[in-house]
Amino acid sequence: MNGWFNRQRALLDFAVSSLGRRKGKTLGLLAVYGLIVFVLASAMLFSHALRHEAKQVLAGTPEVLVQRLIAGRHDLIPDTHLAAIRTIRGVKSAQGRLWGYLFDPAAAANYTLMVPPADAPAVGQAVIGAGVAAVRDAAIGDVMSFRAHDGTLVSFTIQAIIAPESALVSADLFLVAEADYRRLFGIPDGRFTDIVVTVRNPREVRTVAEKIDTALPDTRIILRDEIKRTYESVFDWREGMVVLLLSGAVLAFFIFAWEKASGLSAEEKREIGILKAVGWETADVIGLKSLEGLVVSLTAFLLGYLLAWVHVFQFGAPLFEPVLKGWSVLYPDFRLTPHVDELQVATLFFFTVFPYTLANVVPIWRAATVDPDQVMR
Amino acid sequence: MLFQPAIIALVLASALAALMLVASLPFAVAVLRRWDLSSGAESQVRLEKRTYLVATLVKIVLVAEAAALVLFVFNADRMAGLFTGAMCAVGTLKVDPFGFPALYLKLAVFFLAAFWLVLNHVDNRGWDYPLIRVKYAALIALAPVLLAAGLVQLAYFLGLRADVITSCCSTLFSGNGITVTSNSVAALPHVWALSLLAGTLAAVLASGAVYLRWGRGGVIHAVLSLVVLGVGLAAIISTISVYVYEMPHHHCPFCILKREYHHLGYALYLPLFLGTALGVGTGIAAAASRLVSLRAVGPVIARRLALASMLCFAVFGGVCLGLIWRSHLILFEGAPWQ
Amino acid sequence: MIRLSQVKKVFNQGRHNEFWALRGVDLHLDMGGVTVFRGPSGSGKTTLLTMVGCLARPSSGRISLGERDISALPERFLTDIRRSTFGFVFQSFNLLKGITALENVMIPAYPLGGDHGALKRRALALLERLEMADKAQSQAEWLSGGEAQRVAIARALINDPRVVIADEPTANLDSERSAQFLDIVAGLKRDGKTVLMTSHDPLVADAPVVDRVIGLRDGLIDGAG
Repeated sequence: MNGWFNRQRALLDFAVSSLGRRKGKTLGLLAVYGLIVFVLASAMLFSHALRHEAKQVLAGTPEVLVQRLIAGRHDLIPDTHLAAIRTIRGVKSAQGRLWGYLFDPAAAANYTLMVPPADAPAVGQAVIGAGVAAVRDAAIGDVMSFRAHDGTLVSFTIQAIIAPESALVSADLFLVAEADYRRLFGIPDGRFTDIVVTVRNPREVRTVAEKIDTALPDTRIILRDEIKRTYESVFDWREGMVVLLLSGAVLAFFIFAWEKASGLSAEEKREIGILKAVGWETADVIGLKSLEGLVVSLTAFLLGYLLAWVHVFQFGAPLFEPVLKGWSVLYPDFRLTPHVDELQVATLFFFTVFPYTLANVVPIWRAATVDPDQVMR
Repeated sequence: MLFQPAIIALVLASALAALMLVASLPFAVAVLRRWDLSSGAESQVRLEKRTYLVATLVKIVLVAEAAALVLFVFNADRMAGLFTGAMCAVGTLKVDPFGFPALYLKLAVFFLAAFWLVLNHVDNRGWDYPLIRVKYAALIALAPVLLAAGLVQLAYFLGLRADVITSCCSTLFSGNGITVTSNSVAALPHVWALSLLAGTLAAVLASGAVYLRWGRGGVIHAVLSLVVLGVGLAAIISTISVYVYEMPHHHCPFCILKREYHHLGYALYLPLFLGTALGVGTGIAAAASRLVSLRAVGPVIARRLALASMLCFAVFGGVCLGLIWRSHLILFEGAPWQ
Repeated sequence: MIRLSQVKKVFNQGRHNEFWALRGVDLHLDMGGVTVFRGPSGSGKTTLLTMVGCLARPSSGRISLGERDISALPERFLTDIRRSTFGFVFQSFNLLKGITALENVMIPAYPLGGDHGALKRRALALLERLEMADKAQSQAEWLSGGEAQRVAIARALINDPRVVIADEPTANLDSERSAQFLDIVAGLKRDGKTVLMTSHDPLVADAPVVDRVIGLRDGLIDGAG
């Protein structure tokens, strides 16, 4: 056992010194390898952080959401439905929500207009998200005006700006009073966008949903779990898409690594020949070269991953923002919560180290099996 | 099919592993037909050189399959969120009839590759490569298992559909989810499970000690190692996991791998699997010691493997005891032997 | 004792450039003493040494080292025997560039897994004996021909082999350095090492330290003296 350790240590020392002797080649390889890890890791860290953020948001959403459908399209839901739901056993509370999107021609952006269930602003006042404040360059006390459904002007005095903590959800928020909301869109009293329901016993969510479905056949019921699953699979899909797009790069890297490994310089070939002549066995040379590969792999992986971490969590992933975040123009600046996932690291390892190792096997073997008497010929 | 990085990685890894092995098959056939060590001809020297490549490839396959096994289970657990009713990996694997077979085949590949590497290691120490034909015949036999593992895994992933919201209808139509029924293994009484485990562990340690002392019974040690694997898995499912979860009716072999349980499962599975691989290796090396060129070195290797496997099994037993010790759950208050 | 019977070696067998380097050599080498293989280039003397030194296998014929038949051993085991029995000094010395003389001496011992500190002390002692201690930390490519050869000799001795094989050891040395080399050979002989050399340099073949000269021509033994 001791001999084994001594041998590995000696080989490792020699491997590191060999890499050092070929600085140019080693650094070039590290740069390309690190870049691949960096790009892939950035994409994965970023989408994972978004998923994490979304989960955080969903944790605060209601368990059951009831929408009304007319001719297969979403429609306003009357408060008679609200009353009907409240009578169903197992329902803890039901509340109508008012929300929608408001296009602001001045900023060419869509805001999410909402009437908060509690602590709504007074009539004529608004609370806005950090993103809205940024695009309109608005500060507390400023006045913002919009044209209502009938062409009249509705003005809001900005009462507060939401702190950008969970910026992903709050950036484009525009919170107003119920009266202002109804005036803006011409929605009569007694109608809501949708209804949120909370259930007393979480195990009964499904049963309650079924009861609502029976009582109100013109509705569509969405469960939080379902939204979670949908989000999850959408994020998975996006991440998978990006990884697939980048697989071209991985393939290119594979070929690059193969080429690098098989294109041994005359000096390297001479070295291997000498090693074999002075008493190294093929397996020793393969071991040495594998250790070299391992050192390069781990260094590049660590380097690439660290850089990706900084890129995503310190600088907000400028390279991937447009692809992964979605359609809104209002997500200019927010910090993702740093989060590292074991599964992801393992997957990334598979995508980079495994192909690199494979690309190296045959060239290494070919170099290692030169005849030991070659240097004498 | 679900489109996510871990799945792509797993499919890719299986495909590459299969490719590597299949690419070695013509060589394996050539060895079976033309190997002649007494010849110094260049063609024979070329064959000998090739053996290094194949051995290296199988090593990579083994490492990749071991990693893929972890990734597979890890990912199955993670995907539980995508399926109605799935709480952990068990649910995800039951979504599709190919789930569990895929896992079993992956396990089989891992063990077979490990056995092959032991065989290879032993053979490489005999100056006339006495097992070379056995070795390459075994490699040819390993190939279909590896291929099957890859294909079944692919079928499993292709069959997966996440239960997501569709725009046409209500959630309630997305099925009622999977019912995770407890199987017969989980129903194994705790007393039985623990006594069996203690008994087989004692037997495997004893057989290892016998081999170390008298150099006999290596094959028995190998067989007992396999028995311990089976009994160990059954005990984990029926009893040990219950101690970890501290919930009398939660029998899950996968949840113990999760972060919530401090990845404790690895401390159980790693020594158990490693111990089994090394234990069976002991049998291989001991059996091979009858060959002339391995008479001296065979027992040395077998001894080392036996010692290592005993160490692994001891660690496994220790971890089991530790988990029971520190658990707040008491299954045997006023147990029959008290 | 090394015994060769009917040893043949062919390169590129079955191709148009097929070449028989050895055509059936019978030879008996006792341990101890200095033996020189002499002959023109292409006579097969280097090929013969690679075969004796376990660097390569014969295409046919038998080689035995002591009681053991080594002609059919695969490379893995040949290497095992080679690194414990033979040390090589190559014609062009073949030191690794970019590392120190000391490291060059230590390289053959790396795969054996001995203690690193002890190995280093052994290497330094060898360099000292060859009067190279002050050059231990020099990069290999800065050494002169004679110095490089002495480092190569130290490297050949690091695993304490019974047999030292030198291929055309004086081909790259002037007369004075050649004489110094022969002094070293005399020292090795006193230590009980067997020394096998190829050379077509009369200075070597006629040196008093040499016990036996074996002539080779066209892949066959030409005459022994």
